[in-house]
Amino acid sequence: MTKVDFNSLDIRRKAVDQVGVEERCARFKSRSIKKDAKIQGLKMALNMIDLTTLEGKDTEGKVRQLCHKASHLHYSYDGLPTVAAVCVYPSFVKLAKSLVSNKGIKVASVATAFPSGQSFLKYKIAETEEAVQEGADEIDMVISRGKFHQGEYSYVFDEIASVKEACGKARLKVILETGELGNLDAVYYASQIAIEAGADFIKTSTGKIKPAATMPVSLVMLEAIRDHYFRTGKMVGMKPAGGISNAKLALHYLIMVKETLGEAWLNNQWFRFGASSLANDLLKQLVKQESGMYQSANYFALD
Amino acid sequence: MAKAKKDNDWNLAPAPESTGHVKIDKKYDLFIGGKFVPPTAKKYFETVNPATEKILSQVAEAGQKDVDKAVKAARKAYDTVWSKMPPVERSKYIFRIARLIQERAREFAIIESIDGGKPIRESRDVDVPLAAAHFFYHAGWADKLNYAFPNAEVSSLGVVGQIIPWNFPLLMAAWKIAPALACGNTVVLKPAETTPLTALKLAELFMDAGLPDGVVNIITGAGSTGQALVEHSDIDKIAFTGSTQVGKMIKRSLAGKSTRLTLELGGKAANIIFEDSAIDQAVEGVVNGIYFNQGHVCCAGSRLFVEESISSEFIRKLKHRMDHLILGDPLDKNTDIGAINSEGQLNTIQSYLEAGEKDGFEMYQSNVAVPKKGFWCRPTLFTHVSQSSVISKEEIFGPVLAMQTFRTIDEVIDKANNTPYGLSAGVWTDKGSKIFNLTTKLKAGVVWANTFNKFDPTSPFGGYKESGFGREGGLHGLSAYLKITG
Amino acid sequence: MATRENSNLEVMKTYKLFIGGSFPRTESGRYYPIRKKNGDLLANVCLSSRKDFRNAVVAARKAQSAWAGRSAYNRSQIIYRIAEMLQQSEDSLVQEMVSLGYTPKNAKEEFDYSVDYLVHYSGWCDKFSQMHSTVNPVASSHFNFSNPEPMGVIGAFAAERRALIGVLEAFVPAICGGNTVVLLASHKLPTCSITLAEILAISDVPGGVVNILTGEREELLSHFTSHMDVNAFQIWDASKEESFVIDQNSTENLKRVRLYKSSIRTRLSPYRILDLQEVKTTWHPIENISGSGASY
Repeated sequence: MTKVDFNSLDIRRKAVDQVGVEERCARFKSRSIKKDAKIQGLKMALNMIDLTTLEGKDTEGKVRQLCHKASHLHYSYDGLPTVAAVCVYPSFVKLAKSLVSNKGIKVASVATAFPSGQSFLKYKIAETEEAVQEGADEIDMVISRGKFHQGEYSYVFDEIASVKEACGKARLKVILETGELGNLDAVYYASQIAIEAGADFIKTSTGKIKPAATMPVSLVMLEAIRDHYFRTGKMVGMKPAGGISNAKLALHYLIMVKETLGEAWLNNQWFRFGASSLANDLLKQLVKQESGMYQSANYFALD
Repeated sequence: MAKAKKDNDWNLAPAPESTGHVKIDKKYDLFIGGKFVPPTAKKYFETVNPATEKILSQVAEAGQKDVDKAVKAARKAYDTVWSKMPPVERSKYIFRIARLIQERAREFAIIESIDGGKPIRESRDVDVPLAAAHFFYHAGWADKLNYAFPNAEVSSLGVVGQIIPWNFPLLMAAWKIAPALACGNTVVLKPAETTPLTALKLAELFMDAGLPDGVVNIITGAGSTGQALVEHSDIDKIAFTGSTQVGKMIKRSLAGKSTRLTLELGGKAANIIFEDSAIDQAVEGVVNGIYFNQGHVCCAGSRLFVEESISSEFIRKLKHRMDHLILGDPLDKNTDIGAINSEGQLNTIQSYLEAGEKDGFEMYQSNVAVPKKGFWCRPTLFTHVSQSSVISKEEIFGPVLAMQTFRTIDEVIDKANNTPYGLSAGVWTDKGSKIFNLTTKLKAGVVWANTFNKFDPTSPFGGYKESGFGREGGLHGLSAYLKITG
Repeated sequence: MATRENSNLEVMKTYKLFIGGSFPRTESGRYYPIRKKNGDLLANVCLSSRKDFRNAVVAARKAQSAWAGRSAYNRSQIIYRIAEMLQQSEDSLVQEMVSLGYTPKNAKEEFDYSVDYLVHYSGWCDKFSQMHSTVNPVASSHFNFSNPEPMGVIGAFAAERRALIGVLEAFVPAICGGNTVVLLASHKLPTCSITLAEILAISDVPGGVVNILTGEREELLSHFTSHMDVNAFQIWDASKEESFVIDQNSTENLKRVRLYKSSIRTRLSPYRILDLQEVKTTWHPIENISGSGASY
């Protein structure tokens, strides 16, 4: 793979107006999603989840439970989809792969000195390669925010390109950690850098920094994807992660995707939610739609 | 955008606002002297739901005698009650009105959408809350008028005649009534004949508020009712919002009289997009600028100027956005584009569409189905029109945008000002010094920079040139309802 | 007007018009005589035509944006300069007013007041907008302000009975606020306006900012009020008939109309400046204080 010089690319910084972005998001949130559209949306959202555990205290036992939940979302509701993927640390990839690969569920692994990214490139590449070797279908990398703030955009670009190369066939999600970028103009620029460097998905957050995913941040990233699509005809995926824990908000994200990019993105090939507790709220709403009764958390498994 | 696969289709189910506890009477009389009274000539006209063409109610048509009665009631209320009342008491009545509107907000929003065709999202989120805010803001002025104009003496005018249009029926009533009352005047208001219902509901609310009889009188009718009001000899001031043509008729008919006049008339606002703007937000601003309220907005951004270097990208994004606007039932919470207010207005709009096509400009209409019954117009964009065309000169008052490109700042300023109107303008750029260059040179009463169609009771609104004179809202708006000696 | 005391023949001044900084004669070639109390001819004054008026409007329009674009400080100094130049012309102007029928005392009083008037308004140039601009506390995340801006080209009919102060009233508050003016001087007492124009010409007032015509109100009223490129019209002591014509004609382009009554001590007030200003309101978004509570 020939190395592309960042400075040779026609990447133009673009202005983003925060208040305008927030107003647009308020419009998405004013959409009313009822009846069939709601059921369809809830199921779609379930099928887009990267069911995630990323804790220092993760154990084999925890990962086993998570993997079971990924394909058995509810004990009595028929016809439910599975989640899209389970997302774990590299050391659990092999185990997870053995548990879910026959269910059509992907295994995603974080890599590149997640979550801070403060390490040497050679270790990041080695970590990526090893996670892929262990069976990871997808790699969630973090960008070097420090370098970004130092203005070393070509470093950020080259690093992503190198990790992409190390991914081989695995799809690469590039985490911008938008909560550390500081403003929406930076979010747009980082999105552009990631997309140009070869990201298959751009992702908002590690989940370790607040704020994580927000609608304004996600909209700006979707707009970067759209601009790239308009320019090149190539689709890039989007993954908001962290902070999306209720069904209503998830549905409004889907509205945002539909109205910004179009329905071609409304599947787990192109859109994911990085979340752990969202699944249960989606299930609760689905059961409520079916039974007509509001639900209690007691009836939904805590895996 | 990429063609969607079938299994990706995700369409919103209908989400109509429930109309359960909203009551519209079969017949409405005139609100004069604190009570509803039948018109002298016993004449009534129909008001229609423009989305279904169903008749909603019969509304009284006020003749000259009724106008006279209303003015007399207003004069009596002015002489005996309202001008004598301590300002703080006046203030409390107006605060009370604001609160009652907030309490009945949902009902007002629904009736506004049924009678006028505007989407419930707008009547609920814009018209009604802003109407309440106008009363709330002006209520507080009533006992502070001496602080508004330093070193000047202020006093009320007397009886004010107010004539309002059909595009924001309740909001315009609030814009007019609230400052008039706060400044100590009494009012005779004539709502538009196609949208009288929320004003009549407001009359009910005034009764609930205990507003003294005759302080506000609401008389319904068409142009002749308005004319009788304008020509009445005991009116101290006329405030009119509507077309430039009617505004001029009013001014002529008041020639040589001491009756004061403020006019808030038409517009043909330029919305100017520079290459360095936040383009996606600018697209949104353009959409809000022209498709808000079906384009029935005097300050609508109906002339779009895009810097030529980004015009193809901008047009693509604009069309993409237009295709996601949902047109249909005004009461559906997801509706973006409601019904055209009346058949007559629809015909006017269509004649402009024909004129634009006849001139050979490329017309794009959003890809939406239009209901069979009712009056509808798809969001429409004419690209690469010329400055000299009818569609870029005349106010269409519909969801029709005329786009031109430009090359330099001076060129676009000249073109933006090249109109007899001067109500509003929009500028989109990320560069501060460019914004101030433009906002200073654009001849318009309201300039929105990196935003559009924003309204607030604290913010003065009104035009330059043939868009009228006088301001409404804010401190400056008070001068429309006060005699200021300084 | 021969002087009788000695053999030196006085050189009489030709009173012309003041348009675009020049002193042309009326294109119509018409005049009317102004005589002293004793019947001697004081001047043959131009009887301006519709075309003179039109030329003056063209000059005023051409000068307007540059005048409005000058700093308020600069406009202030120029108006103060008029006061300086006027002061040094005291003797000749007072004498001219006496020739027109003023008592020496009244002439002196109006002259002194005129100088004060200029000094007063000179000081308003860079202050009135501070008093009448507002930052409006809108409920959304926007910075919103309103400020006065000049209306543009102002047509004016000066007070009929005030030879000097009447002329000043008709243009000083207007140009303070960045407007340019075409004014018609008093029909009976027109000469001071042209003498004043000669003062303006040496007071750094750019050509076209003030244009002065002499002539008949009746002939020019309909032209002043119907011209589509005049933004506002102000008149002192309009008759009922005049005010009807003004309202009728000004409708076509919705000219702003201001009617005043003249008095010996005309009011010194920034509200006179505001009478010829439009209020412009500007909105711009503010980051970070969003009502939505969203992150950054």
